[in-house]
Amino acid sequence: MPAVAETRKTVETLGQNTYKWGFETDIEMDIAPKGLNEDTIRLISSRKKEPEWLLEWRLKAYRSWLEMREPTWAKVHHPPIDYQDVHYYAAPRKKPGPKSLEEVDPELLRTYEKLGIPLHEQAMLAGVEVPEGQEARAPVAVDAVFDSVSVATTFRKTLQEAGVIFCPISEAVQEYPELVRKYLGSVVPVTDNFYAALNAAVFTDGSFVFVPKGVRCPMELSTYFRINARNTGQFERTLIVVEDGASVSYLEGCTAPMRDENQLHAAVVELVAMEDASIKYSTVQNWYPGDENGRGGIYNFVTKRGACRGARSKISWTQVETGSAITWKYPSCILQGEGSVGEFYSVAVTNNHQQADTGTKMIHIGRNTRSTIIAKTISAGQSDSTYRGLVRMMPKASGSRNFTQCDSLLIGDRCGAHTVPYIESRNMSARVEHEATTSKISEDQLFYCRQRGLSEEDAVGLIVNGFCKDVLKELPMEFAVEAQKLLQISLEGSVG
Amino acid sequence: MNAITPVGVNASAFLDRGDVTGNAQRQKAADFLRHVGLPRVGVEAWKYTSLRALADVPFTTAPHAADDAAADTLLAEIETISGLGAGASRVVFVNGYFDAGRSRLPKGVRVSTLAAGTLPDDGIDPAGDVTTALNTILARDGLDLVVPAGVDGGCLLLVSIGQTEAAEPVSFHPRHRIVVEKGGRLALLDASVGRGQYLHNPLYDIAVADGGYLSHARIQAEGKQAVHLAVSHARVAAGGVYDSFTLTLGASLSRHEVHAALMQAGASVHVNGAQLLSGHQHGDLTSVITHAAPDCVSRQTIKNVLSDHARGVFQGKILVERIAQKTDGYQMNQALLLSDGAEIDAKPELEIYADDVKCSHGATVGALDDDQLFYLRSRGIPDAAARSILIRAFLHDVVDQIDDQRLKDSLNLAVEAWWTREVA
Repeated sequence: MPAVAETRKTVETLGQNTYKWGFETDIEMDIAPKGLNEDTIRLISSRKKEPEWLLEWRLKAYRSWLEMREPTWAKVHHPPIDYQDVHYYAAPRKKPGPKSLEEVDPELLRTYEKLGIPLHEQAMLAGVEVPEGQEARAPVAVDAVFDSVSVATTFRKTLQEAGVIFCPISEAVQEYPELVRKYLGSVVPVTDNFYAALNAAVFTDGSFVFVPKGVRCPMELSTYFRINARNTGQFERTLIVVEDGASVSYLEGCTAPMRDENQLHAAVVELVAMEDASIKYSTVQNWYPGDENGRGGIYNFVTKRGACRGARSKISWTQVETGSAITWKYPSCILQGEGSVGEFYSVAVTNNHQQADTGTKMIHIGRNTRSTIIAKTISAGQSDSTYRGLVRMMPKASGSRNFTQCDSLLIGDRCGAHTVPYIESRNMSARVEHEATTSKISEDQLFYCRQRGLSEEDAVGLIVNGFCKDVLKELPMEFAVEAQKLLQISLEGSVG
Repeated sequence: MNAITPVGVNASAFLDRGDVTGNAQRQKAADFLRHVGLPRVGVEAWKYTSLRALADVPFTTAPHAADDAAADTLLAEIETISGLGAGASRVVFVNGYFDAGRSRLPKGVRVSTLAAGTLPDDGIDPAGDVTTALNTILARDGLDLVVPAGVDGGCLLLVSIGQTEAAEPVSFHPRHRIVVEKGGRLALLDASVGRGQYLHNPLYDIAVADGGYLSHARIQAEGKQAVHLAVSHARVAAGGVYDSFTLTLGASLSRHEVHAALMQAGASVHVNGAQLLSGHQHGDLTSVITHAAPDCVSRQTIKNVLSDHARGVFQGKILVERIAQKTDGYQMNQALLLSDGAEIDAKPELEIYADDVKCSHGATVGALDDDQLFYLRSRGIPDAAARSILIRAFLHDVVDQIDDQRLKDSLNLAVEAWWTREVA
């Protein structure tokens, strides 16, 4: 959640401008009626003034989605989702936000405070209508996604000078149709899985990044997602293409205000790395996990996949997952290019009634490809957390290597921690190594900390941060600090 | 739990052969199999093994054991492989039927067989898995063995001989029950051999009472065209030990599914095994070890040596229930790929609901280590010999974990015999 002051401008714009495609202020007009059918898709497509090929692409996805079933292999349980009871399109409009922080849910503010977010940013995050903002500070470019439409993008100019395209994907469809057409769905095909097909049919917006040959992106790119309107599923689509010898670091952070209903989120992220290119994709996800009784919370069913197309390309996923009622997410790498490298670093924390089934897939296709998986799972309360990861060595992946380490930590005796690795090798000279452990916080370590005057909660926080160190150190700095605090907050009330 | 969706292949070829009327267990099994069908790839529990091909084979019920020379040859073969010679007690089944003539019943233990057409009320869920359901519908005979309290039953050979003279493909589904009462002991060497096209689908219902001890080593050396689908349901009580080992050598398609439950504190199980496959063989070792009580220990080491276009599958789950605090579980799974066409698919799984546990697993896949080969070569050992040393050392590591010396010797002999044949 790299929330920075620039975003406030965005918020402001949100509040003041009417939607540029001319929606009227009538509520019925800027939210599509509930339900999913070809008309809904045509509506989305026409609202976004999309070219014919994209509409066809969406319809093809929708038609295959109709034939598909929800996956049942993940270790998550939820009541059946009524896909007809969701608004598939909501454009932002002026709505009365809280006038000051006094009007904001104190529970939410307490969380912000613990995260160490400056007051004015807290106001921004809580959706407080703010007066004229200050100057931009941090060198982080933000493409703010509010519900379904990316409304503003900062630092466009700096990026443009470097030749980097960073804009909402709906805009990219208008301005760079050839690029979008070439790469959209090339990593996650429309028929890939149930949720990806749904996303392809109804995605409303997301980010598009294109880094041309030899360019090192001059700043960290970030998208700041937020679920805002009631009952609107979020169907973001992100596409990042990095050409030969280029590199980019992309940060994605999420938060959502307290909410009662379950909200569906089915995003798709596609990464393409050409020869010698490198992409670092970092996520901190702390969406509303539901209350301590398991009511409400976000359903986060995400498909993230990167293709290392060129030789020596590299894709690195780092994620800190603390939020959502249900997480279903497997950021993957297809290691096609000779000598390409895939990495996955993950911390998943579940508390109360949260359920997480997350992991990665490393598909080794090219020769001498390498992958590293480090996954740390922490379960507390009555939650269930599963690491599920696939390592596949294809027949041509000679000399390829994988190393996987999965560690689970259980806090309390009412939670569950599960490890489900899939190891498939069809090449003799490929080597796969996997190790996993499950344990609880050691009494000795806890005693040591307590004896030195740390409260039990602080001690647990310290130990947990140590447990996750291998992953946290992979995060860009502005995320790392926040992530540490986030871990501690997520585990509140789980000890003692 | 996820609902099981009917995505399998129509199993009517088997369902039509079973008479399930008037038997609730068989009825339940048939309903289940009718619903889920024969698994094909895509069902999570059968992710890597498909039984699709079975639907097209016109299996018939195996004829009653015939007294033919082929059976004697096979029996002699297994005695050679196992090293358990003429003196040892043995129970012989031919095509799934008890063969009194070839058996030499042991003393001190109670041996009987399943009366024709009946099914013991053994508490095994007939609809828990496909292998069990198939056996429940079609079981005709089986060993019923009880080691009385405090008795050392010594070493017993259980032999299954398949398809001796019949021309048509047959299937047989013996249902064995092995009970070790309080403080009893038994070493059971269980070997399957055969010729021709047949399906051997044995079920083992195993109970080890307080302080009991059962070492159960299986040598699966079925004929080349055979299909072997075995399932073991083992329950171990306080302080009991169930030490199991499966050596997979034969059959074109095989799967051994072990469900072992640690029911009371202090119980321990070993679910070890090795699969040595070549040609186009497909071997699957699947296990679920359930820690249903605190202070139990489970150990699992599985090794695969795969050459040609063989495919090895290992799916192992350790399930630690909420109550099973102080669990000590360890699982290791290794595969050696000796050719580029070979494939290993492994899914070692931990499902843990108790916090004060020590559970870990490890897995490695790869070719023979170049450094180790170089070490041996640099000391003047020829390439073939060096490879042989390394492969056998790799296997020795797991066979050595068998607790009972007699069974260990037998398995080592079987591995050596396999290797000799492999080199030839």
